[in-house]
Amino acid sequence: MVKSKKLIKTAAKKSVRLATEKGINSIPAKTLKELYETMLRIRRFEEKIIEVYPVQEMKTPVHLCIGEEAIAAGVCIHLRKDDYIFSTHRSHGHSIAKGSDMKRMMAEFYGRKTGCSKGKGGSMHLCDPENGILGSTAIVGGGIPIAVGAGLASSMKGTDTVSVAFFGDGAMDEGTFHESMNFASLKKLPVIFLCENNFYATNSPQSARQPHDNIAMRAEGYGMPGVQVDGNDVVAVYEAAKEAVDRARAGGGPSLVECRTYRWKGHVGPDCDVEKGCRPRDEHEMWLKKCPVERTRKLLLENKIMSEKEMEKLLDKINKEMDEAVEFGRSSPFPDASELFDDVYYGEK
Amino acid sequence: MPWTKVYVDKSEFEKAAQLQKEGLRGLTFREALKEATSQMMEKDERVFVMGEGVDDPGGIFGSTQGLHKKFGKERVIDLPIAENGMTGVAIGAAMAGMRPIFVHMRMDFLPMCMDQIVNHAAKWCYMTGGRTNVPLVIRSIIGKGWGSAAQHSQALQALFMHIPGLKVVMPSTPYDVKGLMVSSIQDGNPVMFIEHRWLYEQIGYVPEEIYTVPIGKGIVRRQGKDVTVVAISNMVYEAMKAVQPLEAEGIDVEVIDPRTIKPLDEELIIESVKKTGRLVVVDIGWKTCGVSAEIAAVVAEKAFKYLKSPVKRVALPDVPTPNSPVLEDAYYFDYKRIVNCVIDMFKGV
Repeated sequence: MVKSKKLIKTAAKKSVRLATEKGINSIPAKTLKELYETMLRIRRFEEKIIEVYPVQEMKTPVHLCIGEEAIAAGVCIHLRKDDYIFSTHRSHGHSIAKGSDMKRMMAEFYGRKTGCSKGKGGSMHLCDPENGILGSTAIVGGGIPIAVGAGLASSMKGTDTVSVAFFGDGAMDEGTFHESMNFASLKKLPVIFLCENNFYATNSPQSARQPHDNIAMRAEGYGMPGVQVDGNDVVAVYEAAKEAVDRARAGGGPSLVECRTYRWKGHVGPDCDVEKGCRPRDEHEMWLKKCPVERTRKLLLENKIMSEKEMEKLLDKINKEMDEAVEFGRSSPFPDASELFDDVYYGEK
Repeated sequence: MPWTKVYVDKSEFEKAAQLQKEGLRGLTFREALKEATSQMMEKDERVFVMGEGVDDPGGIFGSTQGLHKKFGKERVIDLPIAENGMTGVAIGAAMAGMRPIFVHMRMDFLPMCMDQIVNHAAKWCYMTGGRTNVPLVIRSIIGKGWGSAAQHSQALQALFMHIPGLKVVMPSTPYDVKGLMVSSIQDGNPVMFIEHRWLYEQIGYVPEEIYTVPIGKGIVRRQGKDVTVVAISNMVYEAMKAVQPLEAEGIDVEVIDPRTIKPLDEELIIESVKKTGRLVVVDIGWKTCGVSAEIAAVVAEKAFKYLKSPVKRVALPDVPTPNSPVLEDAYYFDYKRIVNCVIDMFKGV
């Protein structure tokens, strides 16, 4: 028992080292700036929701990804417009990083006709097919096999598009995760299994649900590479995702990437759940100190990739985008009640 | 018309064939199904078949037999035993441009895929405001007899009829199985394609070329003026067998085969009831909340004033399928039950 625990720890450390040892020198300055911009945009987008949520005009359950921004940014930067991503109930960051129009996202949250899903989906069902986002699902683990299916389609059509399944540690509990890993490996499909391990499924800690906390290790059983990285280190995420995406695109099959991170807010809604006793306060505080946005900011400043002034300018630009997005959403028309019956079936009104 | 005629047994078809000296090609239900699949795979390279055992020597009771030799194992894909995950794979492939046909040898395996069928396939088009669609055919086969018992004989069509976003097709003749398969592949929505195993040997006229039978259109198999019998799937044959004995009693039966139960051709049923004033619904599934309940409710809502007597239902009793032949006999019914039901109706019982 003790021996096996030790083994797991060693394996975890090894994979962490592997993923981070390249450092920022391997990443062009332009790319680092882009990563920071995406992370900041995601952060401000989520904060904007918190700001406008109390007036209760935005009637959709929001699952905020504050604290997890480095993952969406570090993964999606490697993706082309025609690459697929499939996301979860916590999908805002992925959509933004993949290049979705934030105006249409906000409009969706406000239940408007101009929303990315025409007001039919809400925060948990974002889509942007022209950008490779075929949809997101609020059923834990539900999107993983669908991402594999898109990978199967790429493989059958002979294209080099890849498919990313974003999911949390909770989805690891679901059969679909294992069924999908097995099939993707069997058929060598161009899929990246991207686990955002924030250690909680709603309020259930990983330790109450899984025999050990090393998700990346599961890859070995399915015969594919698995790597564990610090999900709050955008450089580490960037490197690990690059390797996985390149492998998939080159026909080398699927990979599992575990990014360890933490959810700053509660499972759902704009508030923090620590006050309610859902998670330990000291644990929460420890993770706040590991803020991925702040960490990247420091990295860029220290390496003189961006100046304070440039960062201020960037923040102003992003804040303006947020105001515009909210304004667009709030001022857009609601769907007509008769639209209730539209889109149940494709090809029929 | 040869394509609307139901041949109760093979000799009757041969008689009909002799009468029609040209143009009547006879195929079994199984052959017609395979021909539709094969011709659509030839015509459209996006079409492929997936399922456990689709490429084995038996080939899903012969309905996919040899297709892998013609189209290769890349397009006739044997699968891991992972029904829910593989349904997700089919959904993803469909959304990414393919036209999968997922085959289940037993309908009893579908409850394992309810998450992907009900939560995902059925809702994806709506959740994304019609910006995506799931062109997926899910074939499943209902077994009966020889001790198939509780998990190899279920007729679960009512479960799927309940779900908005799905279409449910239940062909009864070789002509319809081919035409409806072509329509289902071309439809663009998730279609539950339900076949009764006992229909596989039925012979009927099937044109060689590709043709369609519209989804949502039922057909009058026999015109009559005294009572409307709506029969589902292989119950169409039992209803046809009931015609003569009832004629001997002076009762002229109209037999309707809805062919698809979602969407249901309500108009055809209502028009018939307006004429006959009486309705008997014969289903191969359970009575409670079953297809017969829905059809009875539609008629009660929309044609009550035309009814001369209460609606009657002939369906399975609310118990799981037993094994012993004695219990099976008590569980299943044939045309005699329909005859008695109609006679009782006229007696006012």
